[in-house]
Amino acid sequence: MFRARPEVRPATVEVFVEGSPVLVPEGATAAAAVLLAGLPAIRETPVTGSPRLPLCQMGVCFDCLAEIDGIPNRQACMVTVAPGMRIARQHGAREALR
Amino acid sequence: MERQAWALVDGPAMAPSHASMQTRGSDVIVVGGGLVGAAIAHGLRGEGLDTVLLDEGDIAFRASRGNFGLVWVQSKGFGAPWYQRWTRGSAGEWPGLAADLAARTGIDTALQQPGGVHLCLSEQEFEDRGRRMAQMQVEAGNFGLEYRMIRRDELAEMLPGLGPSVVGASWSPYDGHASPLALLQALHRAFTEAGGAYVPNAKVTGGTAAPNDFRVETAAGTFAAPRIVLAAGLGNADLAPVFGLNTPVRPQRGQILVTERARTVLPMPCTTIRQTGEGTIMLGDSMEEVGFDTRQSPPVMAQVAQRAALSFPWIAELNIVRAWSALRVMAPDGLPIYDQSERFPGAFTANCHSGVTLAGAHARLLAPMIARGVLDPVLDPFSAKRFDVPRAA
Ligand SMILES: Cc1cc2nc3c(=O)[nH]c(=O)nc-3n(C[C@H](O)[C@H](O)[C@H](O)COP(=O)(O)OP(=O)(O)OC[C@H]3O[C@@H](n4cnc5c(N)ncnc54)[C@H](O)[C@@H]3O)c2cc1C
Ligand code: FES
Repeated sequence: MFRARPEVRPATVEVFVEGSPVLVPEGATAAAAVLLAGLPAIRETPVTGSPRLPLCQMGVCFDCLAEIDGIPNRQACMVTVAPGMRIARQHGAREALR
Repeated sequence: MERQAWALVDGPAMAPSHASMQTRGSDVIVVGGGLVGAAIAHGLRGEGLDTVLLDEGDIAFRASRGNFGLVWVQSKGFGAPWYQRWTRGSAGEWPGLAADLAARTGIDTALQQPGGVHLCLSEQEFEDRGRRMAQMQVEAGNFGLEYRMIRRDELAEMLPGLGPSVVGASWSPYDGHASPLALLQALHRAFTEAGGAYVPNAKVTGGTAAPNDFRVETAAGTFAAPRIVLAAGLGNADLAPVFGLNTPVRPQRGQILVTERARTVLPMPCTTIRQTGEGTIMLGDSMEEVGFDTRQSPPVMAQVAQRAALSFPWIAELNIVRAWSALRVMAPDGLPIYDQSERFPGAFTANCHSGVTLAGAHARLLAPMIARGVLDPVLDPFSAKRFDVPRAA
Protein backbone atom coordinates (compact mmCIF):
# COMPACT_ATOMS: atom_id res chain seq x y z
CA MET A 1 0.00 0.00 0.00
CA PHE A 2 2.84 2.43 0.82
CA ARG A 3 5.80 3.12 -1.45
CA ALA A 4 8.54 5.69 -1.13
CA ARG A 5 8.16 8.56 -3.60
CA PRO A 6 10.48 7.82 -6.55
CA GLU A 7 12.07 11.26 -6.61
CA VAL A 8 13.34 11.10 -3.05
CA ARG A 9 16.60 9.58 -1.89
CA PRO A 10 17.24 5.99 -2.86
CA ALA A 11 16.38 3.25 -0.40
CA THR A 12 19.83 2.33 0.84
CA VAL A 13 19.38 1.52 4.51
CA GLU A 14 18.43 -2.04 5.40
CA VAL A 15 16.36 -2.52 8.55
CA PHE A 16 14.37 -5.51 9.81
CA VAL A 17 10.66 -5.22 10.47
CA GLU A 18 9.40 -8.27 12.36
CA GLY A 19 12.53 -10.01 11.09
CA SER A 20 12.01 -9.24 7.38
CA PRO A 21 14.52 -6.97 5.61
CA VAL A 22 13.16 -3.64 4.33
CA LEU A 23 15.13 -1.01 2.41
CA VAL A 24 14.41 2.61 3.29
CA PRO A 25 16.08 5.94 2.46
CA GLU A 26 18.60 7.42 4.83
CA GLY A 27 16.85 9.74 7.26
CA ALA A 28 13.50 7.95 7.07
CA THR A 29 11.70 7.00 10.26
CA ALA A 30 11.14 3.56 11.69
CA ALA A 31 7.42 4.24 11.17
CA ALA A 32 8.06 4.63 7.43
CA ALA A 33 9.80 1.25 7.45
CA VAL A 34 6.81 -0.27 9.23
CA LEU A 35 4.41 1.07 6.58
CA LEU A 36 6.64 -0.04 3.72
CA ALA A 37 6.83 -3.53 5.23
CA GLY A 38 3.06 -3.80 4.82
CA LEU A 39 2.30 -5.14 8.29
CA PRO A 40 -1.39 -5.19 9.29
CA ALA A 41 -0.47 -3.68 12.69
CA ILE A 42 2.60 -2.66 14.63
CA ARG A 43 1.01 -2.80 18.04
CA GLU A 44 -2.10 -3.81 19.95
CA THR A 45 -3.52 -1.45 22.56
CA PRO A 46 -2.95 -2.53 26.17
CA VAL A 47 -6.55 -2.62 27.38
CA THR A 48 -8.72 -3.79 24.44
CA GLY A 49 -6.03 -5.31 22.21
CA SER A 50 -7.11 -3.26 19.22
CA PRO A 51 -4.56 -3.25 16.30
CA ARG A 52 -2.74 -0.05 15.34
CA LEU A 53 -0.47 1.30 12.59
CA PRO A 54 1.46 4.61 12.60
CA LEU A 55 -1.04 7.43 12.10
CA CYS A 56 0.02 10.99 12.80
CA GLN A 57 3.74 10.59 11.96
CA MET A 58 4.49 13.48 14.28
CA GLY A 59 4.69 12.08 17.78
CA VAL A 60 1.27 12.76 19.20
CA CYS A 61 -0.96 9.71 18.71
CA PHE A 62 1.29 6.89 20.01
CA ASP A 63 -0.25 4.50 17.50
CA CYS A 64 3.25 3.69 16.17
CA LEU A 65 4.63 2.17 19.38
CA ALA A 66 7.09 -0.60 18.56
CA GLU A 67 9.94 -2.48 20.10
CA ILE A 68 13.03 -1.01 18.47
CA ASP A 69 16.41 -2.64 19.01
CA GLY A 70 15.01 -4.38 22.07
CA ILE A 71 13.54 -1.28 23.71
CA PRO A 72 9.76 -1.50 24.05
CA ASN A 73 7.16 1.24 23.53
CA ARG A 74 9.21 3.52 21.30
CA GLN A 75 7.37 5.92 19.03
CA ALA A 76 8.54 4.64 15.65
CA CYS A 77 7.72 7.94 13.92
CA MET A 78 10.20 9.74 16.17
CA VAL A 79 13.08 7.35 15.51
CA THR A 80 15.40 7.68 12.50
CA VAL A 81 16.45 4.40 10.87
CA ALA A 82 19.97 3.06 11.20
CA PRO A 83 21.48 0.13 9.30
CA GLY A 84 20.47 -3.19 10.84
CA MET A 85 17.80 -1.67 13.11
CA ARG A 86 15.33 -4.25 14.40
CA ILE A 87 11.72 -3.08 14.59
CA ALA A 88 9.27 -5.49 16.20
CA ARG A 89 5.63 -5.48 17.15
CA GLN A 90 4.61 -4.08 20.52
CA HIS A 91 2.16 -6.52 22.01
CA GLY A 92 -0.05 -4.65 24.47
CA ALA A 93 1.52 -2.94 27.46
CA ARG A 94 5.26 -3.29 27.74
CA GLU A 95 6.92 -5.42 30.34
CA ALA A 96 8.36 -3.11 32.95
CA LEU A 97 10.36 -5.73 34.75
CA ARG A 98 11.88 -8.61 32.81
CA MET B 1 -34.28 36.61 63.69
CA GLU B 2 -30.70 37.29 62.74
CA ARG B 3 -30.11 37.58 59.02
CA GLN B 4 -26.83 38.41 57.37
CA ALA B 5 -26.32 39.59 53.80
CA TRP B 6 -22.91 39.36 52.24
CA ALA B 7 -20.89 39.30 49.05
CA LEU B 8 -17.49 37.88 48.24
CA VAL B 9 -15.05 40.70 47.45
CA ASP B 10 -14.19 39.34 44.02
CA GLY B 11 -17.72 38.61 42.94
CA PRO B 12 -20.62 40.81 41.83
CA ALA B 13 -22.82 41.41 44.86
CA MET B 14 -26.44 40.65 44.12
CA ALA B 15 -26.39 41.82 40.53
CA PRO B 16 -29.74 43.48 39.74
CA SER B 17 -30.51 40.97 37.02
CA HIS B 18 -30.58 38.25 39.69
CA ALA B 19 -33.29 40.00 41.60
CA SER B 20 -35.62 39.45 38.67
CA MET B 21 -34.51 35.84 38.15
CA GLN B 22 -36.53 33.12 39.76
CA THR B 23 -35.17 31.56 42.90
CA ARG B 24 -34.67 27.81 42.76
CA GLY B 25 -35.67 26.29 46.07
CA SER B 26 -34.58 22.86 47.33
CA ASP B 27 -34.12 20.89 50.56
CA VAL B 28 -30.38 21.44 50.59
CA ILE B 29 -27.64 23.25 48.66
CA VAL B 30 -24.15 21.79 48.40
CA VAL B 31 -21.48 24.30 47.37
CA GLY B 32 -18.55 22.70 45.53
CA GLY B 33 -18.63 19.83 43.03
CA GLY B 34 -15.28 18.24 43.88
CA LEU B 35 -14.94 14.85 45.54
CA VAL B 36 -16.13 16.12 48.90
CA GLY B 37 -19.19 17.99 47.64
CA ALA B 38 -20.12 15.32 45.11
CA ALA B 39 -19.86 12.51 47.68
CA ILE B 40 -22.04 14.42 50.15
CA ALA B 41 -24.54 15.44 47.46
CA HIS B 42 -24.80 11.83 46.28
CA GLY B 43 -25.40 10.73 49.87
CA LEU B 44 -28.00 13.44 50.50
CA ARG B 45 -29.87 12.52 47.34
CA GLY B 46 -29.80 8.93 48.56
CA GLU B 47 -31.50 10.13 51.74
CA GLY B 48 -34.29 11.47 49.55
CA LEU B 49 -33.43 15.16 49.79
CA ASP B 50 -34.01 17.49 46.85
CA THR B 51 -30.36 18.49 46.43
CA VAL B 52 -28.73 21.24 44.36
CA LEU B 53 -24.97 21.01 43.77
CA LEU B 54 -23.36 24.34 42.82
CA ASP B 55 -19.91 24.35 41.24
CA GLU B 56 -17.47 26.74 39.61
CA GLY B 57 -16.25 26.49 36.04
CA ASP B 58 -13.11 25.03 34.53
CA ILE B 59 -10.68 27.61 35.87
CA ALA B 60 -11.31 26.61 39.49
CA PHE B 61 -8.69 25.02 41.73
CA ARG B 62 -9.72 21.40 41.89
CA ALA B 63 -7.70 18.98 43.97
CA SER B 64 -10.24 16.34 42.97
CA ARG B 65 -8.92 16.31 39.40
CA GLY B 66 -5.21 16.20 40.22
CA ASN B 67 -4.71 13.81 43.09
CA PHE B 68 -2.90 10.53 43.62
CA GLY B 69 -5.82 8.17 44.15
CA LEU B 70 -4.85 6.40 47.34
CA VAL B 71 -7.48 5.07 49.70
CA TRP B 72 -4.97 5.33 52.49
CA VAL B 73 -5.29 4.51 56.16
CA GLN B 74 -2.11 3.42 57.90
CA SER B 75 -0.52 6.76 58.73
CA LYS B 76 -3.66 8.82 59.27
CA GLY B 77 -4.27 10.28 62.70
CA PHE B 78 -0.93 10.42 64.50
CA GLY B 79 -1.82 12.04 67.83
CA ALA B 80 -5.47 12.12 66.69
CA PRO B 81 -6.87 8.57 66.94
CA TRP B 82 -10.36 9.82 66.05
CA TYR B 83 -9.01 10.59 62.58
CA GLN B 84 -7.62 7.05 62.28
CA ARG B 85 -11.05 5.69 63.23
CA TRP B 86 -12.90 7.94 60.78
CA THR B 87 -10.47 7.04 57.99
CA ARG B 88 -10.72 3.35 58.68
CA GLY B 89 -14.48 3.67 58.77
CA SER B 90 -14.33 5.25 55.34
CA ALA B 91 -12.08 2.52 53.94
CA GLY B 92 -14.69 0.09 55.27
CA GLU B 93 -17.50 1.95 53.50
CA TRP B 94 -15.59 2.11 50.20
CA PRO B 95 -16.49 -1.35 48.83
CA GLY B 96 -20.18 -0.58 49.37
CA LEU B 97 -19.80 2.81 47.71
CA ALA B 98 -17.89 1.33 44.76
CA ALA B 99 -20.53 -1.39 44.28
CA ASP B 100 -23.37 1.13 44.55
CA LEU B 101 -21.75 3.47 42.01
CA ALA B 102 -21.01 0.59 39.62
CA ALA B 103 -24.61 -0.61 39.83
CA ARG B 104 -26.04 2.87 39.27
CA THR B 105 -23.64 4.13 36.61
CA GLY B 106 -21.70 1.20 35.18
CA ILE B 107 -18.50 3.06 36.09
CA ASP B 108 -15.75 0.96 37.65
CA THR B 109 -13.89 3.05 40.20
CA ALA B 110 -11.02 0.51 40.10
CA LEU B 111 -11.04 0.12 43.87
CA GLN B 112 -8.45 -2.31 45.21
CA GLN B 113 -7.71 -2.73 48.88
CA PRO B 114 -4.93 -5.32 49.05
CA GLY B 115 -3.09 -3.52 51.89
CA GLY B 116 -0.27 -1.09 51.28
CA VAL B 117 3.29 -0.23 52.22
CA HIS B 118 5.28 2.84 53.08
CA LEU B 119 8.83 2.29 51.84
CA CYS B 120 11.78 3.44 53.96
CA LEU B 121 15.01 4.31 52.16
CA SER B 122 17.28 4.51 55.22
CA GLU B 123 17.62 2.97 58.68
CA GLN B 124 16.67 6.36 60.09
CA GLU B 125 13.44 6.43 58.08
CA PHE B 126 12.67 2.84 59.11
CA GLU B 127 13.19 3.60 62.81
CA ASP B 128 11.13 6.80 62.68
CA ARG B 129 8.33 5.01 60.88
CA GLY B 130 8.40 2.14 63.36
CA ARG B 131 8.15 4.53 66.30
CA ARG B 132 5.29 6.40 64.68
CA MET B 133 3.30 3.25 63.92
CA ALA B 134 3.87 1.90 67.46
CA GLN B 135 2.68 5.19 68.94
CA MET B 136 -0.43 5.14 66.77
CA GLN B 137 -1.18 1.58 67.85
CA VAL B 138 -1.02 2.71 71.50
CA GLU B 139 -3.28 5.66 70.73
CA ALA B 140 -5.76 3.37 68.96
CA GLY B 141 -6.44 1.54 72.24
CA ASN B 142 -9.12 -1.12 72.04
CA PHE B 143 -9.95 -0.13 68.48
CA GLY B 144 -6.59 -1.63 67.50
CA LEU B 145 -4.27 -0.91 64.59
CA GLU B 146 -2.90 -3.79 62.61
CA TYR B 147 0.47 -3.15 61.00
CA ARG B 148 3.90 -4.69 60.56
CA MET B 149 7.36 -3.29 60.08
CA ILE B 150 8.81 -5.47 57.35
CA ARG B 151 12.52 -5.85 56.64
CA ARG B 152 13.99 -5.77 53.16
CA ASP B 153 14.35 -9.50 52.53
CA GLU B 154 10.74 -10.30 53.25
CA LEU B 155 9.60 -7.16 51.45
CA ALA B 156 11.50 -8.17 48.31
CA GLU B 157 9.29 -11.28 48.19
CA MET B 158 6.19 -9.08 48.24
CA LEU B 159 7.30 -6.40 45.76
CA PRO B 160 8.98 -7.46 42.51
CA GLY B 161 12.11 -5.55 41.54
CA LEU B 162 12.56 -3.81 44.87
CA GLY B 163 15.63 -1.55 44.82
CA PRO B 164 18.69 -2.18 46.99
CA SER B 165 18.24 1.18 48.72
CA VAL B 166 14.99 0.10 50.37
CA VAL B 167 15.71 -1.01 53.94
CA GLY B 168 12.13 -1.92 54.85
CA ALA B 169 8.55 -0.72 55.04
CA SER B 170 5.51 -0.39 57.23
CA TRP B 171 2.56 -2.45 56.03
CA SER B 172 -1.10 -2.36 56.97
CA PRO B 173 -3.99 -4.41 55.65
CA TYR B 174 -6.35 -1.42 55.42
CA ASP B 175 -4.74 0.46 52.54
CA GLY B 176 -5.76 0.57 48.90
CA HIS B 177 -6.28 2.75 45.86
CA ALA B 178 -8.88 3.70 43.25
CA SER B 179 -9.24 5.83 40.14
CA PRO B 180 -10.05 9.31 41.48
CA LEU B 181 -11.36 10.54 38.12
CA ALA B 182 -13.65 7.55 37.72
CA LEU B 183 -14.85 8.17 41.28
CA LEU B 184 -15.61 11.83 40.58
CA GLN B 185 -17.42 10.99 37.36
CA ALA B 186 -19.39 8.17 38.99
CA LEU B 187 -20.47 10.35 41.93
CA HIS B 188 -21.67 13.07 39.56
CA ARG B 189 -23.50 10.66 37.31
CA ALA B 190 -25.14 8.76 40.17
CA PHE B 191 -26.21 12.06 41.71
CA THR B 192 -27.76 13.51 38.57
CA GLU B 193 -29.34 10.24 37.44
CA ALA B 194 -31.04 9.98 40.82
CA GLY B 195 -32.59 13.40 40.21
CA GLY B 196 -29.99 15.66 41.82
CA ALA B 197 -29.39 19.04 40.16
CA TYR B 198 -25.78 19.80 39.24
CA VAL B 199 -25.23 23.45 38.29
CA PRO B 200 -21.79 24.33 36.86
CA ASN B 201 -20.46 27.85 36.32
CA ALA B 202 -22.30 28.76 39.49
CA LYS B 203 -19.69 30.23 41.79
CA VAL B 204 -21.41 31.41 44.96
CA THR B 205 -20.64 35.11 45.18
CA GLY B 206 -23.15 36.46 47.67
CA GLY B 207 -26.44 35.88 49.44
CA THR B 208 -28.11 35.91 52.82
CA ALA B 209 -27.80 33.62 55.81
CA ALA B 210 -30.32 33.10 58.62
CA PRO B 211 -30.95 30.05 60.80
CA ASN B 212 -32.25 27.26 58.53
CA ASP B 213 -32.84 29.79 55.78
CA PHE B 214 -30.14 30.35 53.18
CA ARG B 215 -30.09 32.12 49.87
CA VAL B 216 -27.08 32.28 47.58
CA GLU B 217 -26.32 34.24 44.43
CA THR B 218 -24.48 32.80 41.45
CA ALA B 219 -24.04 33.67 37.79
CA ALA B 220 -26.47 30.81 37.13
CA GLY B 221 -29.20 32.23 39.32
CA THR B 222 -30.38 32.40 42.91
CA PHE B 223 -30.79 29.32 45.08
CA ALA B 224 -32.53 28.95 48.44
CA ALA B 225 -32.75 26.11 50.96
CA PRO B 226 -33.13 25.54 54.69
CA ARG B 227 -29.79 23.72 54.68
CA ILE B 228 -26.45 24.39 53.03
CA VAL B 229 -23.23 22.41 52.96
CA LEU B 230 -19.99 24.25 52.21
CA ALA B 231 -17.74 21.78 50.40
CA ALA B 232 -15.92 24.25 48.19
CA GLY B 233 -12.39 23.04 48.92
CA LEU B 234 -10.07 26.03 49.11
CA GLY B 235 -13.10 28.25 48.43
CA ASN B 236 -14.42 27.40 51.90
CA ALA B 237 -11.91 29.75 53.53
CA ASP B 238 -13.83 32.75 52.13
CA LEU B 239 -17.33 31.27 52.32
CA ALA B 240 -17.36 29.89 55.86
CA PRO B 241 -17.19 33.12 57.88
CA VAL B 242 -20.36 34.50 56.31
CA PHE B 243 -22.22 31.42 57.58
CA GLY B 244 -20.80 31.77 61.08
CA LEU B 245 -18.28 29.02 60.37
CA ASN B 246 -14.50 28.88 60.24
CA THR B 247 -12.42 26.85 57.80
CA PRO B 248 -8.86 28.18 57.76
CA VAL B 249 -7.69 25.99 54.88
CA ARG B 250 -4.61 26.78 52.80
CA PRO B 251 -3.27 25.38 49.52
CA GLN B 252 -0.41 22.90 49.61
CA ARG B 253 1.05 21.97 46.25
CA GLY B 254 1.71 18.40 45.17
CA GLN B 255 3.43 17.32 41.95
CA ILE B 256 2.81 13.98 40.29
CA LEU B 257 4.53 12.13 37.42
CA VAL B 258 2.92 9.33 35.41
CA THR B 259 4.69 6.66 33.35
CA GLU B 260 3.56 4.90 30.21
CA ARG B 261 1.42 1.80 30.66
CA ALA B 262 3.20 -1.38 31.62
CA ARG B 263 2.00 -4.87 32.46
CA THR B 264 1.02 -5.23 36.08
CA VAL B 265 4.04 -5.53 38.34
CA LEU B 266 3.03 -3.99 41.65
CA PRO B 267 0.55 -6.05 43.68
CA MET B 268 -0.19 -3.23 46.11
CA PRO B 269 0.14 0.54 46.39
CA CYS B 270 2.99 2.31 48.15
CA THR B 271 2.56 5.79 49.67
CA THR B 272 4.20 7.52 46.70
CA ILE B 273 4.20 4.84 43.96
CA ARG B 274 1.17 3.01 42.62
CA GLN B 275 0.31 1.15 39.45
CA THR B 276 -3.17 1.91 38.13
CA GLY B 277 -5.63 -0.55 36.68
CA GLU B 278 -4.62 0.54 33.15
CA GLY B 279 -0.96 -0.08 33.92
CA THR B 280 0.48 3.42 34.26
CA ILE B 281 2.64 3.99 37.29
CA MET B 282 1.94 7.13 39.27
CA LEU B 283 4.81 8.74 41.12
CA GLY B 284 4.08 11.31 43.76
CA ASP B 285 3.78 13.57 45.43
CA SER B 286 5.54 16.58 46.82
CA MET B 287 4.32 18.77 49.67
CA GLU B 288 5.10 22.41 48.91
CA GLU B 289 3.99 25.58 50.64
CA VAL B 290 3.83 27.94 47.66
CA GLY B 291 0.36 29.47 47.92
CA PHE B 292 -2.01 29.46 44.94
CA ASP B 293 0.68 28.43 42.46
CA THR B 294 0.00 25.40 40.26
CA ARG B 295 3.20 25.59 38.21
CA GLN B 296 5.54 22.62 38.10
CA SER B 297 9.18 22.76 39.07
CA PRO B 298 11.87 20.51 37.53
CA PRO B 299 13.92 20.10 40.77
CA VAL B 300 10.86 18.74 42.60
CA MET B 301 9.92 16.52 39.66
CA ALA B 302 13.49 15.17 39.63
CA GLN B 303 13.25 14.37 43.34
CA VAL B 304 9.99 12.51 42.86
CA ALA B 305 11.51 10.50 40.00
CA GLN B 306 14.71 9.82 41.92
CA ARG B 307 12.95 8.42 44.94
CA ALA B 308 10.85 6.20 42.70
CA ALA B 309 13.94 4.92 40.87
CA LEU B 310 15.66 4.16 44.18
CA SER B 311 12.58 2.26 45.33
CA PHE B 312 12.14 0.33 42.06
CA PRO B 313 15.10 0.75 39.66
CA TRP B 314 13.08 -0.67 36.73
CA ILE B 315 10.81 2.39 36.87
CA ALA B 316 13.73 4.45 35.53
CA GLU B 317 13.42 2.57 32.22
CA LEU B 318 9.83 3.72 31.70
CA ASN B 319 8.88 6.87 29.84
CA ILE B 320 7.11 9.63 31.72
CA VAL B 321 4.02 10.54 29.68
CA ARG B 322 2.27 13.07 31.92
CA ALA B 323 3.03 15.28 34.88
CA TRP B 324 1.06 17.91 36.73
CA SER B 325 0.63 19.76 39.99
CA ALA B 326 -2.45 20.38 42.09
CA LEU B 327 -3.29 22.09 45.36
CA ARG B 328 -4.25 20.15 48.47
CA VAL B 329 -6.90 21.59 50.76
CA MET B 330 -5.01 21.76 54.08
CA ALA B 331 -6.19 22.68 57.57
CA PRO B 332 -3.52 24.00 59.97
CA ASP B 333 -3.23 20.56 61.63
CA GLY B 334 -3.83 18.53 58.46
CA LEU B 335 -7.07 17.00 59.77
CA PRO B 336 -10.52 17.31 58.21
CA ILE B 337 -12.94 19.99 59.39
CA TYR B 338 -16.64 19.17 59.88
CA ASP B 339 -18.95 21.63 61.59
CA GLN B 340 -22.48 22.90 61.87
CA SER B 341 -22.86 26.63 62.41
CA GLU B 342 -24.10 27.63 65.86
CA ARG B 343 -25.02 31.07 64.65
CA PHE B 344 -26.85 29.81 61.57
CA PRO B 345 -27.97 26.23 62.22
CA GLY B 346 -28.46 24.32 58.98
CA ALA B 347 -25.11 25.49 57.58
CA PHE B 348 -22.42 22.80 57.51
CA THR B 349 -18.78 22.69 56.38
CA ALA B 350 -16.76 19.74 55.14
CA ASN B 351 -13.08 19.99 54.23
CA CYS B 352 -10.30 17.46 54.05
CA HIS B 353 -7.05 16.71 52.32
CA SER B 354 -7.96 13.06 51.64
CA GLY B 355 -11.13 13.32 49.65
CA VAL B 356 -10.61 10.03 47.82
CA THR B 357 -10.01 8.06 51.00
CA LEU B 358 -12.88 9.73 52.82
CA ALA B 359 -15.42 9.47 49.98
CA GLY B 360 -16.92 6.36 51.60
CA ALA B 361 -17.49 8.18 54.87
CA HIS B 362 -18.73 11.36 53.22
CA ALA B 363 -21.34 9.62 51.08
CA ARG B 364 -22.49 7.00 53.57
CA LEU B 365 -21.85 8.36 57.08
CA LEU B 366 -21.64 12.15 56.93
CA ALA B 367 -24.48 12.75 54.45
CA PRO B 368 -27.06 10.91 56.60
CA MET B 369 -26.00 13.04 59.59
CA ILE B 370 -26.50 16.22 57.58
CA ALA B 371 -29.87 14.90 56.40
CA ARG B 372 -30.84 14.38 60.06
CA GLY B 373 -29.60 17.89 60.83
CA VAL B 374 -27.14 16.84 63.54
CA LEU B 375 -23.49 15.84 63.32
CA ASP B 376 -22.70 12.76 65.45
CA PRO B 377 -20.50 13.28 68.51
CA VAL B 378 -17.79 11.20 66.75
CA LEU B 379 -17.24 14.29 64.61
CA ASP B 380 -16.89 16.70 67.56
CA PRO B 381 -13.08 16.58 67.50
CA PHE B 382 -13.16 17.70 63.85
CA SER B 383 -14.90 20.99 64.68
CA ALA B 384 -12.90 24.11 63.78
CA LYS B 385 -13.34 25.09 67.43
CA ARG B 386 -10.08 23.22 67.94
CA PHE B 387 -8.29 26.19 66.36
CA ASP B 388 -9.76 28.64 68.90
CA VAL B 389 -7.94 27.13 71.88
CA PRO B 390 -5.61 29.90 73.06
CA ARG B 391 -1.97 28.97 72.69
CA ALA B 392 -0.09 28.48 75.96
CA ALA B 393 2.07 31.53 76.63
C1 LIG C 1 -1.20 16.20 44.60
C2 LIG C 1 -2.35 15.70 45.42
C3 LIG C 1 -2.39 14.35 45.78
C4 LIG C 1 -3.46 13.87 46.53
N1 LIG C 1 -3.51 12.54 46.81
C5 LIG C 1 -4.58 12.04 47.47
C6 LIG C 1 -4.69 10.64 47.70
O1 LIG C 1 -3.83 9.85 47.29
N2 LIG C 1 -5.77 10.18 48.40
C7 LIG C 1 -6.73 11.03 48.88
O2 LIG C 1 -7.65 10.57 49.53
N3 LIG C 1 -6.66 12.35 48.65
C8 LIG C 1 -5.61 12.87 47.96
N4 LIG C 1 -5.54 14.22 47.72
C9 LIG C 1 -6.55 15.09 48.30
C10 LIG C 1 -7.83 15.14 47.54
O3 LIG C 1 -7.60 15.39 46.19
C11 LIG C 1 -8.67 16.26 48.16
O4 LIG C 1 -8.89 15.99 49.51
C12 LIG C 1 -10.01 16.38 47.53
O5 LIG C 1 -9.91 16.44 46.15
C13 LIG C 1 -10.68 17.62 48.04
O6 LIG C 1 -11.91 17.71 47.40
P1 LIG C 1 -12.80 18.98 47.56
O7 LIG C 1 -14.06 18.64 46.90
O8 LIG C 1 -12.81 19.43 48.96
O9 LIG C 1 -11.97 20.13 46.79
P2 LIG C 1 -11.83 20.50 45.25
O10 LIG C 1 -11.52 19.35 44.41
O11 LIG C 1 -10.86 21.64 45.21
O12 LIG C 1 -13.25 20.97 44.83
C14 LIG C 1 -13.80 22.16 45.32
C15 LIG C 1 -14.84 22.59 44.34
O13 LIG C 1 -15.51 23.70 44.89
C16 LIG C 1 -15.75 24.63 43.87
N5 LIG C 1 -15.87 25.96 44.47
C17 LIG C 1 -14.92 26.68 45.12
N6 LIG C 1 -15.42 27.85 45.52
C18 LIG C 1 -16.72 27.87 45.13
C19 LIG C 1 -17.77 28.84 45.26
N7 LIG C 1 -17.60 30.00 45.89
N8 LIG C 1 -18.98 28.53 44.72
C20 LIG C 1 -19.18 27.33 44.07
N9 LIG C 1 -18.22 26.40 43.95
C21 LIG C 1 -17.00 26.67 44.47
C22 LIG C 1 -14.57 24.49 42.95
O14 LIG C 1 -14.92 24.87 41.66
C23 LIG C 1 -14.26 23.00 43.01
O15 LIG C 1 -14.90 22.28 41.99
C24 LIG C 1 -4.48 14.74 46.97
C25 LIG C 1 -4.44 16.08 46.60
C26 LIG C 1 -3.40 16.56 45.82
C27 LIG C 1 -3.39 17.99 45.43
S1 FES D 1 2.46 7.92 14.41
FE1 FES D 1 1.51 9.14 15.88
S2 FES D 1 2.96 9.17 17.48
FE2 FES D 1 3.96 8.08 15.94
